[in-house]
Amino acid sequence: MGLDLRWPIGLMFTFFGALLVIYGAATNSDTYKNINLIWGAVLLVFGILMLAGACRCKAQKKA
Amino acid sequence: MHAIHLHGIDYTILLAYVAFILGIGWVLARYMKSSGDFLTSSHSIPTWVTGLAFISANLGALELVGMAASGAQYGISTAHFYWVGAIPAMVFLSVFMMPFYYGSKARSTPEYLRMRFDQRVRFVNAFAFAVMTVFTSGISMDALADLLHLLLGWNFNLSLWICSVVVLLYVFKGGLTSAIYTEVLQFFLIVLGFAPVVWLGLKDVGGWSVLKQRLADVATNPAALAVSDKTFQSDAWTSAWKPVLAGSPHNPMGVDIFAMVFGLGFVLSFGYWCTNFLVVQRAMAAKNMTAARNTPLVAAIPKMLFPAIVILPGMIAIALATVPSKDYRIPPPIISDAGYAKAVAAVKAASPADLNAGIKAVSDALGAPVYKDKVSALISANAAHEETNEQIKNALYADVAENDYNAVIPSLVEKYCPHGLLALALLALFASFMSGMAGNITAFNTVWTYDLYQGYIAPNKDDRHYFQMGRVVTVVGTLLSIGCAYFASHYSNAMNALQLVFGFVNAPIFATFLLGMFWKRTTGTGAFLGLIGGILTSILFHALTLSAPDVLHPGIKGGYIHVAYLFPSEMAQNFWLASFAFGGCFLLTVLISLATKQTKTDEDLKGLVYSLTPKIKDHEQHFFLRPAVLGTILIIACVILNIIFW
Repeated sequence: MGLDLRWPIGLMFTFFGALLVIYGAATNSDTYKNINLIWGAVLLVFGILMLAGACRCKAQKKA
Repeated sequence: MHAIHLHGIDYTILLAYVAFILGIGWVLARYMKSSGDFLTSSHSIPTWVTGLAFISANLGALELVGMAASGAQYGISTAHFYWVGAIPAMVFLSVFMMPFYYGSKARSTPEYLRMRFDQRVRFVNAFAFAVMTVFTSGISMDALADLLHLLLGWNFNLSLWICSVVVLLYVFKGGLTSAIYTEVLQFFLIVLGFAPVVWLGLKDVGGWSVLKQRLADVATNPAALAVSDKTFQSDAWTSAWKPVLAGSPHNPMGVDIFAMVFGLGFVLSFGYWCTNFLVVQRAMAAKNMTAARNTPLVAAIPKMLFPAIVILPGMIAIALATVPSKDYRIPPPIISDAGYAKAVAAVKAASPADLNAGIKAVSDALGAPVYKDKVSALISANAAHEETNEQIKNALYADVAENDYNAVIPSLVEKYCPHGLLALALLALFASFMSGMAGNITAFNTVWTYDLYQGYIAPNKDDRHYFQMGRVVTVVGTLLSIGCAYFASHYSNAMNALQLVFGFVNAPIFATFLLGMFWKRTTGTGAFLGLIGGILTSILFHALTLSAPDVLHPGIKGGYIHVAYLFPSEMAQNFWLASFAFGGCFLLTVLISLATKQTKTDEDLKGLVYSLTPKIKDHEQHFFLRPAVLGTILIIACVILNIIFW
């Protein structure tokens, strides 16, 4: 129905991941390893992969 | 458990989530032009989306919280709901039933019954399903609002209305498509929100091998944690089959092998996964026959691994409770501050010379059983050097000899999640609730609009009329669910009774579908009277049986005519009830069909009955993507999992 679901999923998890990484870095001296940093990175990678998939699909459709 | 106060980071994540899912609803609103778009997605959605929505719609808050609770109470045997129940049923739906649902162009499962039989069978199924979806949705709302009150101290009414209105908004705007799209988003949130809790919990216990040792301690002395007054073999919590094969007294579920394989594995699971419109609707929304058939198979892959996310936390929790240094217990039932205050006073008033009287006074004040040795030690310690009220209250929290297993998930979230990650785990809970509720609301509005309203009340209106009705009934369904949530919170026994009554209707329905699809001689009268017979069999069976834990309270749990048979557990009673209901319905349908005239010709039944429908050729598909091949691979994987955890 006209909406590639990978866009909202990718955007949301990239946003959450970035937020957790920034928050984790800001609170790194407050003792936890800092799980926000680790899991934020996992979400960030997942979100970026989703966005990359959506971009690739869009480029293929244009071509 | 103490209420957690959220930080700015937590609120930011929660609000961003709400913005994203409402955004999806708004983007999809422009595509809603007809009742078909709104109620059935006009069969336009790709397989991976319908597949993940198929599993997510089933992952309501009750499932998440309930499966973790069962993991703590019964161990890995809980995985039978997945590896014996769900996976074979999903493969069966894909290979054998989906071609009829999708090929017949029925818009709902009750409509399939109308096409195959007649209006009477459709009405029984549609009415019972519509009522049950509202009940389920209401009970789930009540559970979530209670959970948020327990975990965050949020007001019950506020939690209930905010969550419900968010779901209503995106379903109202984008219909079934919006519900399905957000369910996929919620699927990823549930997995990525709970995975760190499981990972940290498993590390805290000491890994899988240490977890097995701890669970062996639980099995050999479950009374120490108020889990059970029986003792079991050391592998009762870590073996899926050995305890069941040993017989009902030797496994914590109290279920025998026949009830497990036939009652749960066949009747209940196939009845749910193959005929419940809530999940089948997702597959019906797929863009073509291949996508529709592959939907349950795509869903089966994560479903097979889901015990690691939903059952393992319960096993981790009960294992942690065996280690005093971990300072963890399964939370006790909620006891009011007044109850604790009375119990503190009872401890202070108790004399070490008469410990039994002191223990009884404390237990009465708390309204719950207590660990006698621990309360004795507390009374003696307080007599030796007076402790503060807060110290005594904290000690009493650990001394209540009763567990609230539904609090396992929130207690682990509280234990392992710092702010930030906490919001993600909370989102997983919200997401599970919202996906379950949206699933119920979209199934309800379709069944109401097409099967009840168009079928019986206003049959020949234009499509615009049904589109508007679909939207109106989305609001009405949400309000009814909220009403049910309030009803459940005030009259839980009455709600249980209502659920039970409609449960009787659903127990035999799989026999009706099975005979309808695979025996062309089944008549409409046979199906209708067989279904009524199955319902009466359910009621009679329930009236004559009871489970041992409820032996002193016949009534809502059964035995209200006479206790002819006592089951070791309520679960065993339910599994056997389903087996009898199925048997009664099946037998009566066959006998009455043989005695009545078939009013439909072979031509009428083409596309509705297996033997009269041309078989689908899958040769154009890649060999490993053919439903029969993929289904076989999934069954083999499922068997391997059963062997690993034998």
